[in-house]
Amino acid sequence: MNSFERYSRQIQLSEIGIKGQQKLAQAKVLIVGVGGLGCSVAQHLVAVGVGIIGLLDHDLVDISNLNRQILFTESDVGKQKVEVAKEALVKMNDQVQIHAFHEQLSFEKALDLFPGYDIIIDGTDNFQTKYLINDASVLTNKPWVYASIYKYQGQLSVFNYENGPTYRCLYPKINSGNISCEEIGVLGVLPAILGTMQASEAIKIILQIGQVLSGKLFILDLLTWGEQQIIFSRSESQVRIAKCRKKNEHKGNRSFNASSMVYLDIREMMDKSIDPDKKVLHIPLNQLDNRHIEIPRDVPVHVYCQSGTRSRKAIEQLSEKYGFQNLINVNGGIQSLTYE
Amino acid sequence: MEIKVKYFGSIAEETGKAEETISLQNGISEVQEFIAFIFKKYGLSDEGTVQIAVNQVIQSEGRIQYGDEVAFLPPYAGG
Repeated sequence: MNSFERYSRQIQLSEIGIKGQQKLAQAKVLIVGVGGLGCSVAQHLVAVGVGIIGLLDHDLVDISNLNRQILFTESDVGKQKVEVAKEALVKMNDQVQIHAFHEQLSFEKALDLFPGYDIIIDGTDNFQTKYLINDASVLTNKPWVYASIYKYQGQLSVFNYENGPTYRCLYPKINSGNISCEEIGVLGVLPAILGTMQASEAIKIILQIGQVLSGKLFILDLLTWGEQQIIFSRSESQVRIAKCRKKNEHKGNRSFNASSMVYLDIREMMDKSIDPDKKVLHIPLNQLDNRHIEIPRDVPVHVYCQSGTRSRKAIEQLSEKYGFQNLINVNGGIQSLTYE
Repeated sequence: MEIKVKYFGSIAEETGKAEETISLQNGISEVQEFIAFIFKKYGLSDEGTVQIAVNQVIQSEGRIQYGDEVAFLPPYAGG
């Protein structure tokens, strides 16, 4: 097939031309989550001729996906999303290479995959993965194109672009509840619109044209045509939290077995020990800032002090400052753990 | 003192409106005080994740003035 003719309508644009088309053909974009947003982004990037597209998703196609995830058909229900999407995309454009990863994104996987791509696209539906993408993007120095939807409203931004602000700079505090499309509903066209906007930002980054939506949060309401652009700036302390994550997780994995029960004792003086068979990490409260990297993140960690009050404070501090999500307070303190 | 307020996402559902103009006569002069006033007024259930923009700039401190526009921006998770 004649590439020039195929892409002629965009090559005609003075900002693109043959050179721009070559940049698109050499670009590598990873799409995390092949749902409503991901399907839309993938279609458009394939159509404009982005060279390599990675698709990562651990889900299977469900009948309830079909109102918005437009790469899938009724006969695909039950099949792997990434495989079905790959097949559909190759049919659209066999010049594009598609890499399919049928798995959930772990932090290690992200650090492994991201360096092989120029841009990461967020098509995920939960806060935990958004923070994971953010931190891995900061560590591997990749821009990522964010979008999220709520009923009839969408948010869009580009994070970590040329040392710009990150997701943590916009939302420093992790929301523990995920309000997904499954729970609250979504208008089918909404992710398609936001996904198309994400594709547009990715294309602008590749071509280095226009103004990339960095340091700005765009919000659109489809019902009212209400729109807002909110400005925010980079926070070095939030970027540091993202950078800390690497050390944390690696140290944690090395020192503890994933199946073991882990305790964190934050008392200054240890006058009484709990069952010697239990794995206990001892970091006094006033040393948490220096030694938080020793605390594992991949297993539940039960935190205790004398009464349960200071351990609650420690959990708040560790969650807020360093993003821990696996800490459980031992409400009754050491008394409730010891054998007497 | 009149302040224009915009609510997004789940916050708009909790307040029952997307925007309103509030007349302040109770001595509120700081952004923090205004946020607390709105949270109390509607009994909002946020855990501190909602971001606040004053005149389209993320900001949760400083003085609030006549004609300011304050937006309540919860994070969205859907995809």
